[in-house]
Amino acid sequence: MFFRTLLAMGTLALASLVQAQEPIRIGAFLSVTGPAAFLGDPEQKTLELYVEKINAAGGVLGRKLQLYSYDSAGDAEKARAYVKRLIEQDKVDVLVGGSTTGETMAAVPLVEAAQVPFISLAGAVVIIEPVKKWVFKTPHTDRMACEKIFDDMRARGATKVALISGAGGFDRSMRAECLKVASAHGVQIVADESYGAGDTDMTAQLTKIKNTPGVQAVLNCGFGQGPAIVTKNYRQLGIQAPFYQSHGVASKQYVKLSGDAAEGVRLPAAALLIAETLPASDKQKKVVVDYKREYESRFKSEVSTFGGHAYDGLMLAVDAIKRAGGTDRAKMRDALESTKGYMGTAGVVNMSAKDHMGLDLSAFRMLEVKKGDWALVQ
Amino acid sequence: MSAELVQFLLAGITLGAIYALVALGFAIIYNASHVINFAQGEFVMIGGMAATAFVDSGLPLPLAAAAAVAAATLVGLALEKLAVEPARNASVVTLIIITIGASILLRGLASLVWDKKIHSLPAFTGDKPIAIGGATLLPQTLWVLGATVVAVAALWWFFNRTLTGKAILAVSHNHLAARLMGISVRRVLMVSFGLSAALGALAGILIAPISFTSWDIGVMLGLKGFAAAILGGLGSGPGAIAGGLALGLIEALGAGYLSSAYKDVFAFVIILGALVFLPNGLAGRRAAERV
Amino acid sequence: MSRKGFAVLALVVALLPLALTNNYTYEVAIVVGLNAIVCVGLNLLIGYAGQISLGHAGFFGLGAYGSAILAARYGWPPFAALASAVAGVSFIAWVIGKPVLRLKGHYLAMATLGLGIIVAVVLATEDQITGGPDGMAVPPLGVASFVLQGEKLWYWIVGAVLLATVWLALNIIDSPHGRAWRALHGSEVAAGAIGIDPARHKLTAFVLSAASAALAGALTAHYSGFITPAKASFLHSIELVTMVVFGGMASTFGAVVGAAILTTLPQLLTALKEYEMVTLGAVMMLTMIFMPQGLVPTLEKALAAARRKPE
Repeated sequence: MFFRTLLAMGTLALASLVQAQEPIRIGAFLSVTGPAAFLGDPEQKTLELYVEKINAAGGVLGRKLQLYSYDSAGDAEKARAYVKRLIEQDKVDVLVGGSTTGETMAAVPLVEAAQVPFISLAGAVVIIEPVKKWVFKTPHTDRMACEKIFDDMRARGATKVALISGAGGFDRSMRAECLKVASAHGVQIVADESYGAGDTDMTAQLTKIKNTPGVQAVLNCGFGQGPAIVTKNYRQLGIQAPFYQSHGVASKQYVKLSGDAAEGVRLPAAALLIAETLPASDKQKKVVVDYKREYESRFKSEVSTFGGHAYDGLMLAVDAIKRAGGTDRAKMRDALESTKGYMGTAGVVNMSAKDHMGLDLSAFRMLEVKKGDWALVQ
Repeated sequence: MSAELVQFLLAGITLGAIYALVALGFAIIYNASHVINFAQGEFVMIGGMAATAFVDSGLPLPLAAAAAVAAATLVGLALEKLAVEPARNASVVTLIIITIGASILLRGLASLVWDKKIHSLPAFTGDKPIAIGGATLLPQTLWVLGATVVAVAALWWFFNRTLTGKAILAVSHNHLAARLMGISVRRVLMVSFGLSAALGALAGILIAPISFTSWDIGVMLGLKGFAAAILGGLGSGPGAIAGGLALGLIEALGAGYLSSAYKDVFAFVIILGALVFLPNGLAGRRAAERV
Repeated sequence: MSRKGFAVLALVVALLPLALTNNYTYEVAIVVGLNAIVCVGLNLLIGYAGQISLGHAGFFGLGAYGSAILAARYGWPPFAALASAVAGVSFIAWVIGKPVLRLKGHYLAMATLGLGIIVAVVLATEDQITGGPDGMAVPPLGVASFVLQGEKLWYWIVGAVLLATVWLALNIIDSPHGRAWRALHGSEVAAGAIGIDPARHKLTAFVLSAASAALAGALTAHYSGFITPAKASFLHSIELVTMVVFGGMASTFGAVVGAAILTTLPQLLTALKEYEMVTLGAVMMLTMIFMPQGLVPTLEKALAAARRKPE
């Protein structure tokens, strides 16, 4: 009898132990291949790296993290199918992903219906405006980038601005936002040119801009190799107006590809790009330097702000799980929404019921390329 | 001529020279085998990516370029031997799918062997722009144009003055008759795939300093090259060059004078119009169907 | 064969839900069905009439966006939007088919490819109406307060539409139209000589295939509630043609099988991670090299040969 009771107790203890060991399932769908691979690739690497690190340090609330990750290749339809798979089959507790706005927006109706907390890694403002109950995001919005750039232009006395944009989702969305906020920030768009995916020469578009009377500054909304080609063509044509890029090229790779042509180019970006040169008093210094070192020593390649978005996404989720005391979806969501003072690679995050991103313009630093490296504009 | 127009023309000719090299690759393979090789763009990618990888590993640029062309040629030969030859009698659509499968495979391999980042080659002779009539061009553009002219001249010599070249032309006119004359059709196929792979790789190396290279640049360049080859008339060497230059100029002038967002649309509308009114391309000949 | 085949297909559609364990597996089945609808139509053009199209994603995209824009931006009842979009795309196909179908072989391939690219560029550029490359939200199908939502319901809708499409296709193939197509496929000149009007019959196949692509596109848009221009892209056109050729040209069931395999394959290959692309390319090449007729016709032949042997 005693023996049997002991056995029963043992089984019970074992069962609760298994319960405790049940991993926390993190679901990710990223553009690891396809035209947005340069976003998805570092995001995927970052998630793998930090899930491994967190598990090595004992996991979260004593539970291991388990990452379920699929390559949605920049395709909204694929993203939908994988989000269903993550929710229905893999039964994930929280979603981190959606490298592009298209993939994110395709997933939004599904996560709202299934009531799963979702942290998007895409840029456009439509993701959080209007606020969706279960959807959060980590990167700065394209509208913030436009505002930061226009303010900087005006400070330099430039109010007549030419736009040149790529054909991708990021490019077109940022162009639209810039057109919308231009007048409120005291600048006037006097030229608006585009180039296509895979184009190899943009001198025709830039010649048009050069010959548009009164252009005082030029802004390139784009990512990938396009902006580097635009930069080279810009110098080739000898255009003198100040030249701005978007946060879409916030990586060392852009400077390397453009070479000398990138000298003097300005762009808004997170502090991650200038991690080591930040003053020691900067509160963000520790987090960005740590992330940069971890990533670069593991993958032997330069860090980009895109991987940083994934880092922030994962850490926000982990932080929310800790504060919610478990993986109850509603509690996690509430915890995410009440995130205050979280210091990430993108800046300080203060979420609220009205703001599911929680970053303000101060999170953006205006950088300039000087002697082949990023430097903070004072 | 206004400086603006000169700049547009220079842009168009630079684009056009690249399209012409890719289109020539399509034409050579089509002539020998009547196959449209949708993996042609991948040769351009392999050329650029291999050259940057060799330069990064310490080879001097000329050696790296030669090694990259050789690597692409080997891939072209393997493609012919392993994929096209076993399916020689399959239908046009089947062959299209095989070459599309090959292009997916090659892109996948490139992302594994190298990486998914964008790479650049140093310009062959500096970055200092050259002024011409109020417009500017980069020295690399002269390299692109010069190399294209040399390649075209070499091809002309090869097809008109060497036995192998004449054999390829003979096969393109009539497989059976060529075989009766003792020409090895199999060898001709191998040579034509190797040759067009080498041409594609050359294009990839020439443009890498201007427009960079990455594992997925082959898709768009292949598409534009195909369009140029069709515009010029399939299987015609001079047609491919004319088609390439025409396409480049349409894009640059369309972007400059009409709308840069719709420049590709203009290009395809003009191609559609040309096809409907000249159903065999700029330089194509009318073929009678045998019943 | 075709009657027996139809019965088998109907049975598969009826019994498949037994194997579908959750909404994700339903989703895959629905996408298979939607792709199969396009492929059955496209097969009439490629497999039977012998005309290449590398631009059918353009029709798919026009159907999807046509219906989405009419419903979302102009407030049309979704069913009316869907019907008008399909009718509109059929009309467009009829108008452009006339000049374009005079082209042959690779020239036709180029022309259709160009048409597809034009559609994709316009959809991505006119972002005021289409939402640009990031796509747009689409209202669900329904009448008044009754909306069609949920995977299980959509499974039966798509299944029914697929069966109707297959049934129609089989009947057309057996009609004088179908015989004319096969004659055309053999030799256009010879077909013309025996009194078949090549232009008229090619145009019919073109319009039917465009209509089925537009219908599948519109259904996709309303089902998923979201559409991006990627669905109108060159790559999607290629995917569709690959499904038809992979399954077997001039075989309606081949088109369905091709759509089923190539839609589920990437889902099964996710475990391969970075080797997924290489594997997909290799599978495509090997199948076409060793079964140039496509899967279903090759298996049919092998089956027939095996049956004949004992006698």
